[in-house]
Amino acid sequence: MQTPSLELKGSSFTLSVLHINNDDMAVIAAELDAKLAIAPQFFIGAPLVVNLSAIQTEDFDILGLKEILTSRHLIVVGITSASAALTKQAKSIGLAAVKSGKEAISQPQLPKTTKIVKQNVRSGQQIYAKNADLIIIGAVGNGAEVIADGSIHIYGTLRGKAMAGAAGDRNTVIMAQKIEAELVSIAGQYWLTENLQQNGAAPSGCIRLEGETLTVESLPL
Amino acid sequence: MAQIIVVTSGKGGVGKTTSSAAIATGLAMKGHKTVVIDFDIGLRNLDLIMGCERRVVYDFVNVINGEANLNQALIKDKRTPKLFVLPASQTRDKDALTKEGVGKVLEDLAKDFEYIICDSPAGIETGAMMALYFADVAIVTTNPEVSSVRDSDRILGMLQSKSKRAEDGLEPVKEYLLLTRYSPARVTTGEMLSVQDVEEILAIPLIGVIPESQAVLKASNSGVPVIIDQESDAGMAYSDAVERLLGEELPFRFLKEEKKGFLKRIFGS
Repeated sequence: MQTPSLELKGSSFTLSVLHINNDDMAVIAAELDAKLAIAPQFFIGAPLVVNLSAIQTEDFDILGLKEILTSRHLIVVGITSASAALTKQAKSIGLAAVKSGKEAISQPQLPKTTKIVKQNVRSGQQIYAKNADLIIIGAVGNGAEVIADGSIHIYGTLRGKAMAGAAGDRNTVIMAQKIEAELVSIAGQYWLTENLQQNGAAPSGCIRLEGETLTVESLPL
Repeated sequence: MAQIIVVTSGKGGVGKTTSSAAIATGLAMKGHKTVVIDFDIGLRNLDLIMGCERRVVYDFVNVINGEANLNQALIKDKRTPKLFVLPASQTRDKDALTKEGVGKVLEDLAKDFEYIICDSPAGIETGAMMALYFADVAIVTTNPEVSSVRDSDRILGMLQSKSKRAEDGLEPVKEYLLLTRYSPARVTTGEMLSVQDVEEILAIPLIGVIPESQAVLKASNSGVPVIIDQESDAGMAYSDAVERLLGEELPFRFLKEEKKGFLKRIFGS
């Protein structure tokens, strides 16, 4: 059988991405020259994808940008994260609009469930609620750990460690009838006992993330 | 059907062996045929507390290894009828205990005895795990101080996950709290956790509070279980604990600081 004269195959390449944060061509050109001067050989003939996420102006001159890059021996293969108007403009001058791997393969969202534990969590025990909220009906002892990708609710005293939003969900909370915790953490931001005391932890409360810091507020009981 | 009771704590030196000896003696005094087994292989103590150290010929490990039969190894207590001691081996280590071996011995004892008391070694290694594995009831011996309470909490976790009852999905092991070396005076001054503190943290029913007492050391040294000394507060408190174990409801004694009399205040106690 004759070998076909062309074949289409999928393959992935690593490309450098140039982030443009300014729409002033002169500034871009100057900063680019400064960067290239550090390692001129490295960039010659390098294929580039231009990230335009920071450019809001619709009449941004992509062709002009392409000329600046080409004149410095850089090869623009496409643009990414651009507004609709800029994407259209790029297509008209023969540039591809590409999506980065992270955007293209969006994480399939697993349905969130709830894990319920109807006993005290003793010292040395560890409970992890993967992709779920965690409800403990009982106390969490010193030296015990309760971890959840979602929120944690404790109907008892929290004396051990509680880590909510273990997979990075910043909108999770830790609620406990009584907080005497060794450590509380939400999406990686944590407080130790002393931080809790400094922040006047309420006898019963809800701990959540506000911006980059944890806050604790009492529950109306 | 025999009941297997483990006396455990996690932490050492809290009074497991003293309590095992007292509770076993108490049950036998109530007319129940009882055997108390020393699981502390290599650090045998129970025989001393029971005052039968000179009569040990064969031990628990000999029976497990088939080098002796149960009747040869069991020591009949001289004071209390219906009470027997199965001593530990002093020359071996905890690895001599196997699940199969221990299971077989307990099965054989269960045919003959009403209560089997397992005196657990400290720690959470093989010896302690073997002692609690077959238990129906656990008496968690705890001193009113934070490290002992935390270790007890750890052992309670083990009972919930590592015991035979947990593995077979049966009704969980019945857990009771036995608070030992309790000193009401030091609770008042804030040096010691109170009964309420410990109960709140461990959240299991209280079966007894044994006051700190000179009588305990005296009894241990003379090889007489402290429960025999019914003049002492510790002896009486152990009697109460045994009654509660048998299902009686009794008020707790020795929780309040004793008011010292005028003369005592001057001359000390």
